[in-house]
Amino acid sequence: MQLNSSLRGRLRSATCALLAVTAGTTTAANFHSKWTVEGASLLYAESKRTTVFEPLLVIKRDFGEGQTLEGKFVFDAMTGASPTGAAATNRVQTFTTPSGQRHQTSSGEVPTRSFQDQRGSVDLSWLKPLNRRFRTELGGHVSAETDYRSTGLTATLAADFNQKLTTISLGGGMNSDRIDPVGGVPEGLTRVDPRSTVEKTLSKHIADGMLGVTQILTPRWLAQVNYSYADENGYLTEPYKMISLIDSITGETRTGDYLYEKRPDHRVRQSVYFSSAYHLASDVFHVSYRNYWDDWGVRSHTVDLKYDLEVSDKVYLEPHWRGYYQRGADFYVYSLPRGALTPEFATSDYRFGDLKTLTVGCKIGVKTAELQEFSARIEYMQQSGNEYPEEAIGVQRNYSMFPPLDILILQVGYAIGLP
Amino acid sequence: MKLRLMLVGAGLLLVYGCAVQSVEPWQRDLLSEEHMQLVPDGVTNGLDEHIYFSKEASSGGQGVGGGGCGCN
Repeated sequence: MQLNSSLRGRLRSATCALLAVTAGTTTAANFHSKWTVEGASLLYAESKRTTVFEPLLVIKRDFGEGQTLEGKFVFDAMTGASPTGAAATNRVQTFTTPSGQRHQTSSGEVPTRSFQDQRGSVDLSWLKPLNRRFRTELGGHVSAETDYRSTGLTATLAADFNQKLTTISLGGGMNSDRIDPVGGVPEGLTRVDPRSTVEKTLSKHIADGMLGVTQILTPRWLAQVNYSYADENGYLTEPYKMISLIDSITGETRTGDYLYEKRPDHRVRQSVYFSSAYHLASDVFHVSYRNYWDDWGVRSHTVDLKYDLEVSDKVYLEPHWRGYYQRGADFYVYSLPRGALTPEFATSDYRFGDLKTLTVGCKIGVKTAELQEFSARIEYMQQSGNEYPEEAIGVQRNYSMFPPLDILILQVGYAIGLP
Repeated sequence: MKLRLMLVGAGLLLVYGCAVQSVEPWQRDLLSEEHMQLVPDGVTNGLDEHIYFSKEASSGGQGVGGGGCGCN
């Protein structure tokens, strides 16, 4: 039974999808109960920008002999302000939102756009052993928010070799998304004007695959290597983002001088991911590293460390550290000089610029009763980039082009196993 | 180049696992503990991946499936 649990965990690890779409490895799942229910709530708060409240519920049925069915239900409530992409400058900037409202940004501040939205998603995953060697996991996903709907399917096949010391996983997924931008679809790299947009529905399709090897190295050490490939097609532009047009000498903007951003409609993403868990005397040390690259020029390195510290039979602590370094997309610009040749693609979305993300935090888990566990987590995250880049022109040098962003993450959860 | 590195890494993992030490079934009790799963807490991991997806230009690596959100 314990061995089966371990193998299930390895398959889950190999197939745990983005957004936990599939294979959510709940804490309660380890109770070996027929039914497990886990509820959690997350509060995500950026300084002066976006706040997200995200409650979720995971229900899992264990049919025995490695077969499980899991449903995950998530609701997001988002509110606050998001950067428009326009650059800070030495004068008050006035913007008109897609819904027709006007708002102003003070001089020296990075312009933001107020918004609020809700998102709901449902994920199902079914894990089933086919025989003594092969297991499969099938997953499905639907989600909806005001301007975005998504459906997806995943399938993963895992096979054990070498007396079950080695597991090879092969997975694939398809995602089909529908985008209905509020206020209509703008023409990329044309002047921002809400009257110029066109009401229409756009689509985005993603096909991805993964090949992974999981290996038991010693009685205390488990490691995994994955190669992932994803092909994205369709509308990949952010319809609400814009780029400042500036004077090529003074760096000043003029009222209404902004262009809609434009990204390519195709993207190929690849990554190599290494993960390891090592059991010390009683604690467990987790380390992972991801090397990512895509044909937009984005390159990144991610290191993630977790240490499961067993305080007692009923309490554990899990300190967490994550470091992320990103080289931005080839078409990222801070702004565009007025009168210069317009590039084929351009974005000022800071998420596509050079940046670093540092995350530190700690989780505590307490077994409150038989088959019950409470957990809580607090994390601090900071994103930073080049505040005063060489590309800044004139008055732009007086202002931070990338003010560091501070983020607080709080999470509580409770898991119950039903025998 | 990176693909080659990945294949080399996976190959080394296999060779090391096969050649250096055989872990018998009765030696796998520690490996079966819940905290030894490579993703020990799927709920937290899913929430984190969603955050990173919405704030960074890179995503993925752990498995298949993606998108599902208009946040990036």
